[in-house]
Order: sequence, then C-alpha cells, then structure tokens
Amino acid sequence: METYYHPQDLPKFEEIGEEAPELAEKFFDYYAAVFAEGELTEREKALIALAVAHTVQCPYCIDAYTQACLEKGSNLSEMTEAVHVATAIRGGSSLVHGVQMRNIAKKISL
Amino acid sequence: MPQGAQALPMTSKTAENKLPVEPFGQTLAKHGLNLTRKKITTLQINVGLLCNQTCRHCHLEAGPNSEEVMSAETVDEVVTLAQRFRFEVVDITGGAPEMNPNLVDMIERLSGNTSRLMLRSNLTALANGERDYLIEVCKERRVVIVASFPSLNEAQAESQRGRGVFQESIAVLRKLNSFGYGQPDSGLELNLVSNPTGAFLPSSQDQLEKRFCQVLKNKWGIVFNNLFSFANVPLGRFRRWLEQSGNLEGYLQKLATSFNPCAIEGLMCRSLISVSWDGYVFDCDFNQAAGLYLGGKKTHISDLKKLPEPGEPIAVSHHCYTCMAGAGFT
Repeated sequence: METYYHPQDLPKFEEIGEEAPELAEKFFDYYAAVFAEGELTEREKALIALAVAHTVQCPYCIDAYTQACLEKGSNLSEMTEAVHVATAIRGGSSLVHGVQMRNIAKKISL
Repeated sequence: MPQGAQALPMTSKTAENKLPVEPFGQTLAKHGLNLTRKKITTLQINVGLLCNQTCRHCHLEAGPNSEEVMSAETVDEVVTLAQRFRFEVVDITGGAPEMNPNLVDMIERLSGNTSRLMLRSNLTALANGERDYLIEVCKERRVVIVASFPSLNEAQAESQRGRGVFQESIAVLRKLNSFGYGQPDSGLELNLVSNPTGAFLPSSQDQLEKRFCQVLKNKWGIVFNNLFSFANVPLGRFRRWLEQSGNLEGYLQKLATSFNPCAIEGLMCRSLISVSWDGYVFDCDFNQAAGLYLGGKKTHISDLKKLPEPGEPIAVSHHCYTCMAGAGFT
C-alpha cells in the first residue's frame, strides 16, 4: 500500500453500512438532514464543512466539500476565507492557552 | 451543400465504448426507459458559430474566427418552416446571435409566428451601445432575453468566459433593466443562465436564483425574472479542456452517477427540433455539436416534409448524461 488515502475510496463511504447497517442508516439520515437547507443555506453549510474538514485534516472531506462548495455556488475567495476562519480558530486555540501558561508561570514565579 | 455540417465531429460507437461510463442507451435500457419524442412545440435555431467570446465551456467551439454564419437564404427557409408549423416557442441561439447580420430581419419575421420568441445572449455582444437598436427591436417585439451569467464572482465568471466579461455583463444587465427588461409588470422577460465554472455539477436552481436575486439587486441594483442552472456538456471546447486537464473521466463518472430517471419527463429534446446555421435538422443543440442528425439522416429544412411524430426515437450518446444528471436539463 503506497498510501493510506486513495481518492477512489471516497465513493465507497456508503459501504461502511454493510456492517452494522442500522447504525449506518441512522448516521446517513442524520448527515443528510444536517446538510439540507434550514436556517442556513446548503451553500453556507458546505462552507462550514469545508472549514471543519481542514481542521480535522480529512483529505476525503476536503475533496468532497471543495466540490460541494463549488456546486452550491461558492467560489475560491469565499472558500479561502472559510479556511482562514478554521486556521484562526485553530491558531487562536493554541494562543489562548497561553493564558494558562501565564497563570501557572505567575503562580510559581517570584 | 454547405460544408460546415460535415466538419462537425462525429461520435462513433467505438469512441463511446472507450469512455469510462456505460453507453447512455444501455443506462436508459437498464432503467426501462426509452427517449422518445413528444409533440414538437419548440424550434431552436442556431444562427451561427461566430461569437465575440471564446468561452472555455462552449460545446460548439464558437469564437471570433468562425465563418459558420446563417445566410439570408437559410433565414428565409427557417421563417418558412416557422410559418408552416407554428411552433409555440422559437429559440434563437449561437455563437453570439447578435453578430448575425440577418438577426433583426429574422426577429421581425418570426415574432408574428410564435407566442414566445427567445434570444440567447452572452451580454457582451450587446455592450458599449453598439447594438442598442437590437435591444429596441427586442423590446418592441417582446422577445424574451436569456442571458449567460455564470457566477456572481468576477474571477470565476471570467475563468469561463474571458477577461473583462464580468463588468461588461453587469453594465449590459443594467442597460436591459433600463429598457424595462426584468422589471416587474413590464412584460419584458429577462432570464439568466448559470453554468458551473468547471468540471462540477450546477447548484440547485431555486437556491441559486434566490442568491443571485439578492446579490445582483443589493450590489448593482439589477433585477431579472428567472435563473436557470445547467451542467456543462462534455463536447467541443469544454471536452478538450476536460481531456487536457485530466478531468474527463471524473466528470463523465460524476454525470453518470447523478443519473436521475425522473429527469426524462422534462427533457427539452423531446419537444424541440434544432436547426444548424446551414439549415440541417437535429434533436438538440448538443446533438448538433456531436454531429448526430435527426433520425440518423442528414436532412435540410427545405426537405423536411413533416415534424417528428410522438414516440419517434431521439439519437443519444454519452453527452446525454448531462441532461439527465440531478434535476435534469429542461
């Protein structure tokens, strides 16, 4: 095996339901409901998914939601901004933990 | 006989068999479907492949160097056809139809012979005030304008249609609005067509229309009546790009896996005939690009004795997956 990830594996996602089919059905029903238009449009949800995909660094999700964003009428500028949102939160979550570092350092320092 | 039709690429059975998807006819058969004619209500006329743009998704290879333009003689024959059969809808397309010198004459003669005359425009052919007389004629004859406007994003739109097209299109849409097009209760219909700007499927028409409506109004004060979203057809210049960019296989598979048997009901090819710039008859504009003649026989409109009857078969090839993907191409 050259790599753990193959693009042609993405369409096989549904095959996961060959075992534990009831759980898979529940998951895929829920998944479809989550991405259907509600208070947020399908386009907005695809942009959120794209940002999350970058946060969890899932190549399948990045492939799927790059295509989904374009198909829902988004564009590269919006998608790049969405990735920056993920990056800001991810970087910010590290930086904000600096408060803990500072609290501990202050407590044990003269 | 004109030479252009012979120059169109033919889609052979052998070529189709080499593609990564099963032949379209086989998929229809698997679903127990037959693609057959209904009553013919629409005449689509391709007045030529001459165009001021060289769009990368064009299935017809239209462009500024094309010499394939419908002659005055063929226009006469098309008008005679429209008078003989009284189509409910007459749909003029190209190329950029605005560049055909016989267009005004054609509009004036066709408008009395149909209840709905449509003109497809790339918008930029109406830019810079040079063809305002044409907008006047369209207004007077109540011609429905169907305008290409793929994306609200400038970079995306221009990746498909060429540099400078976006701002010119915005300016022409505003001008059409100033003539009354798209304005409520004006009776002047302005519809937009959005094709994806790449090897992916189009957005849901309703959601896209809602967004285009909001953004065009808020940002530029533009109004329109309806928006249609259509997938790109893997023929002509678009197919070449798919091949060169390594997207052909994936795109065809995407179309084939999105096959929706319910879409067959509303397919436009079931109720129209398409006439090429040199007067030959096809099932649709895409079969025209693929060189698939109506009934498998090269027939000129001057020799067309009758329209196809309901139940008669329609020529199909792999590109037909496009019109059956998702919500379909109506």
